[in-house]
Amino acid sequence: MSSDPTNAGPHRPLKIVWIYPDLLSTYGDQGNTIVLERRAALRGIPTETVHLRSDEPVPPDGDVYLLGGGEDRPQILAAQRLRNDGGLHAAVQRGAVVFAVCAGYQILGHEFGGEEGQPLPGLGLLDIRSGRGEQRAVGEVVGDVATELNVPRITGFENHQGVTHIGPNAWPLARVVAGVGNGGGDGTEGAYSGRILGTYMHGPALVRNPGLADLLLRWAVGAELQPIDDSWAGRLREERLNAVLTSG
Amino acid sequence: MSDLPLRSQLAVALGRTAAKMSRLAGKGDGSVIGGKVGLKLDPELLTRLAKDRKLVLVSATNGKTTTTRLITSAMTPLGEVATNAFGANMPTGHVSALASAPGARYGVLECDEKYVPMVLRETGANVVALMNLSRDQMDRAAEIWLLAGKWRKALEASPQSHVIANCDDPLVTWGASTARSVTWVAAGQHWREDSWCCPECGGPLDRQDTDEDSDWRCRQCHFARPRPDWVLKGDQVTAPDGRMFPLTQLALPGRANKSNAVIALAVVAQFGVPPEQALPLLGEVRSVAGRYTTVEHENRHIRLLLSKNPAGWLEAFDVLEPAPGPVALSINAQGPDGRDTSWLWDVDYRILRGRPVWVTGERRVDLAARLEAAEVPFTIVDDIEQAVMAVPPGKLDVIANYTAFQNIRTRYGRVV
Repeated sequence: MSSDPTNAGPHRPLKIVWIYPDLLSTYGDQGNTIVLERRAALRGIPTETVHLRSDEPVPPDGDVYLLGGGEDRPQILAAQRLRNDGGLHAAVQRGAVVFAVCAGYQILGHEFGGEEGQPLPGLGLLDIRSGRGEQRAVGEVVGDVATELNVPRITGFENHQGVTHIGPNAWPLARVVAGVGNGGGDGTEGAYSGRILGTYMHGPALVRNPGLADLLLRWAVGAELQPIDDSWAGRLREERLNAVLTSG
Repeated sequence: MSDLPLRSQLAVALGRTAAKMSRLAGKGDGSVIGGKVGLKLDPELLTRLAKDRKLVLVSATNGKTTTTRLITSAMTPLGEVATNAFGANMPTGHVSALASAPGARYGVLECDEKYVPMVLRETGANVVALMNLSRDQMDRAAEIWLLAGKWRKALEASPQSHVIANCDDPLVTWGASTARSVTWVAAGQHWREDSWCCPECGGPLDRQDTDEDSDWRCRQCHFARPRPDWVLKGDQVTAPDGRMFPLTQLALPGRANKSNAVIALAVVAQFGVPPEQALPLLGEVRSVAGRYTTVEHENRHIRLLLSKNPAGWLEAFDVLEPAPGPVALSINAQGPDGRDTSWLWDVDYRILRGRPVWVTGERRVDLAARLEAAEVPFTIVDDIEQAVMAVPPGKLDVIANYTAFQNIRTRYGRVV
């Protein structure tokens, strides 16, 4: 969390911007900022985290932007404000990393479903379209990540009624092994394009997926990272994968 | 009771039999199954049982059971009070509570937040107490903004109901503000992460950021904190007539229970019980369904605290013995707990630094990962007994979520 340049070592502080915790933070979303800060710190990379309220302008100079989950109304408000603000678009053009979960994932796309399921315009930063499905998907989700990303199998908890279709300019984050994911019938979960990555694993999705956290950090610092012990997060990951994959 | 239609009387009788059999089989107090049988035979049973009684509904994310108990205690001067004292807070539990007290002219019913509209419609309750709304068990509970919107519609359609609402919680205020008559209570709000935005227009809320002053208003629209009729400040309650009462007689610990108590005072005042009469009765409540109970085991004095969500943890931390007093945490993720442990990341555990921390429960590894990230040293154990025996004789505070709490309670004696 130090922003003191004398402690910065070989790196300037990595700037993490948590977008709109007043709107997009329903259930443990803060965990993603904590995991990124911690895994950077263990490698001697200082970080500076901004908890950005929705009445503040989006700083365009962030390295990693995080968007969490939210109810229908806050999701709509967040999309409107981010479209009007333009700061996130500027950051993406600069090559910033974006990681979004659930409602945040949906608003990165061209459109998403509103309170009555009506299509509403998203940010158009990721080539996906989302709408409302018939049933709510609630439960553990496991997926095998696209080989290009070099990230081990992901594990998380999903809780959404969204259905997301991936366009030609984005790629599935993972193939679903257990759970629902994007729910469009193609067996995919999440999507990515460039350094923008979204998932239906909600809340603190990076906690159980240190490999995914490290992918974001690698993108942000532009270099390979030294390996670290995943410790309790690693054990949690193993425990959850075992619990889900052996329960039938 | 005797003027119930025959079918309803039968429904009540069979419900009671089912409840009794359930109790004999050792499956809890039987109030859910009893109510289920009754409602099956007579779907309008709740309406019939509520008729000609003065009813209070009590709802919130946190503090429902405790406040129901406090109100019930303070209403004893009025005569017999029917109540669902053990947290069976859906219509099945309400039917059982009312059916088992046929002569009671008053009823105090804890009500699950989602069921407020339905129970209000069926009972036409005279008083509705609404205290707080915050994130809770997202895999099964409703989203809270949506929930408050449903309260608004239900209260608009129930003009005879008087509402007692905590105006320090913006979402509760919004949920209550369609009621025809409201008593606003400044009962405090410590968990604020779910109320930074105006529930009316989505604009930013400007808030006083102290425990002493909870004023708030929207920067963009007219929505603002109503002028409170009752005010809680520290240990002091100011009544609508300006008289002040200390809450020092309260036996239940912590600021959350002071909030619950001031709501209870406002509710019973509505029925003519003045604060000076109610306060000693609130003081008689020492534990609620095992919460705040101290059990003795091998010279350890184990105090049991229930916390089910981030706002609840904040209140549990508020009543802990000062550091370096040891604490044991137990987390499960069964149905009633919510199967999703993401909320652990909304709790700021750093406050536990500087004391021995023991971690157990079915999801202890989730908690271990959380505490490690918060740089809180801890010891993980397979069950609570290992933690209890590892601390020296003396005090141990235990914070657990729902089924973890019930397990510990069963193990060390069900003191109510």
